[in-house]
Amino acid sequence: MTAVSADTVKDAAHARAVAATVTDPELPMLTLADLGVLRDVELAGGTVIVTITPTYLGCPAMATMRDDLVHRLRDSGYDDVQVRVSLSPAWSSDDITTRGRQALAEHGISAPGRANRAAGPVVLTLLPVRRALACPRCGSADVRLISEFGPTACKAMYRCTGCLEPFEHVKEI
Amino acid sequence: MGEMGHTGGHGTEHESVYDGLLGSGDSQWAFGTDFEDPLAGMDTTIPDGADAASLAQYCLMLGDDALIYSHRLSQWSSRAPDLEDDIALSNIALDLLGQARLLLTRAAAADPALVPALPDGSPVPPEDALAFFRDENAFRNVRLVEQDNGDFAVTVVRLLIFATYRLALLQHLAASTDAVLAAIAVKGVRELTYHRDYAARWFLTLSVGTDESRRRLLAALAVVWPYYGELSRTHPVELRVAEHGVGVDPATLTDEVDVLLGQVFGVSGVDRPGLPAVGPVSAGTGRDGRHTEEMGRLLAEMQVVARAHPNGRW
Repeated sequence: MTAVSADTVKDAAHARAVAATVTDPELPMLTLADLGVLRDVELAGGTVIVTITPTYLGCPAMATMRDDLVHRLRDSGYDDVQVRVSLSPAWSSDDITTRGRQALAEHGISAPGRANRAAGPVVLTLLPVRRALACPRCGSADVRLISEFGPTACKAMYRCTGCLEPFEHVKEI
Repeated sequence: MGEMGHTGGHGTEHESVYDGLLGSGDSQWAFGTDFEDPLAGMDTTIPDGADAASLAQYCLMLGDDALIYSHRLSQWSSRAPDLEDDIALSNIALDLLGQARLLLTRAAAADPALVPALPDGSPVPPEDALAFFRDENAFRNVRLVEQDNGDFAVTVVRLLIFATYRLALLQHLAASTDAVLAAIAVKGVRELTYHRDYAARWFLTLSVGTDESRRRLLAALAVVWPYYGELSRTHPVELRVAEHGVGVDPATLTDEVDVLLGQVFGVSGVDRPGLPAVGPVSAGTGRDGRHTEEMGRLLAEMQVVARAHPNGRW
């Protein structure tokens, strides 16, 4: 399991490529790279230093992400791996790549729209947020928000009034 | 995408499925994760002109508000009026717990003397030692957050007031000269925006729902409102960190918070209560460690298992 040739082990690009294959524990169709939480992979001496950022501050998946990164890199011959957390700049749903959005849609999860980053005080929104969404199953635009809080911190719950199926939407943040 | 799902198979990579739950060591503190320093890689130097002890005290105040309120809200898990609100309140509690963890870590890093002493070799990280091994009078949260949840209306009113206050606070704190506080604030603003909207919508819904929901909402306002005043009562520590550019004087938030609450009251056809604020006890409030009767019971529930097993590992 540790038999990897020395020339690949020394290569930061290779380490990055390995780290980029690790998937999100809650959204396993997405790699951490496509989710936008894999910030940096560098090689310092013999140590791989991976920097990740949380989607939400209380995200309970951070420890699992860390462990998955360490295991995946160890299996590729990097015995010394450090995973750091960076809070700044804060993660935004805009950081999800195009490929990541496609993967979400293919797995029945609605991808986030553009996050509203207007300057100035945060505006109070008393009416439910209107998002122009299409049902990821049947494509109908006739969808209804069930709750802004879903099974994980980053998702809202919707129901399609066309095919009647519920679906998850990754929230804009 | 080359790699979908768990290609490669955790079963072959790991000795057992439980390995993934554990950290790098053989065993870990039983009541938390062993994630290395949550602030690793961040600039934790004390900003110019600030003093470490005041910064640490301030982080305790903001961290304890989040921790204690998170614990209260989590008591709704499996007991909310419907599944969606059960999940919503649990999500909000989780967001606040995440903020609390980083703020308590920051407090411990700025002033290690704050962290309760534990037996040699204890696996408890500093932020957990602060959460589980401090006594009631060492907690610095406002008394608003420790009160019983009451019915759903009481919870909605309290969450509206808390989220409106904290969102205003974090928007100003984003300009803190402390890199850690600023980063937590920027992230927290995005989370709190959802919390405030959620509470405000429910406030409006209850106000125009049925006679019973409106009656309960007005009764809830009378229960919660007396604790509102404490939020804008400036503690000497808050004044000091505000002068240092590290923190925010809560008195400067009063107008902003009042306007926003006024908007919600306005559309809901509810008058702003004229009730007097709960006063200090022996010249102190929650920020001085003077708490109400509910706090002791909350801490007993939150801390009992950790305190029974200060060396607990698995």
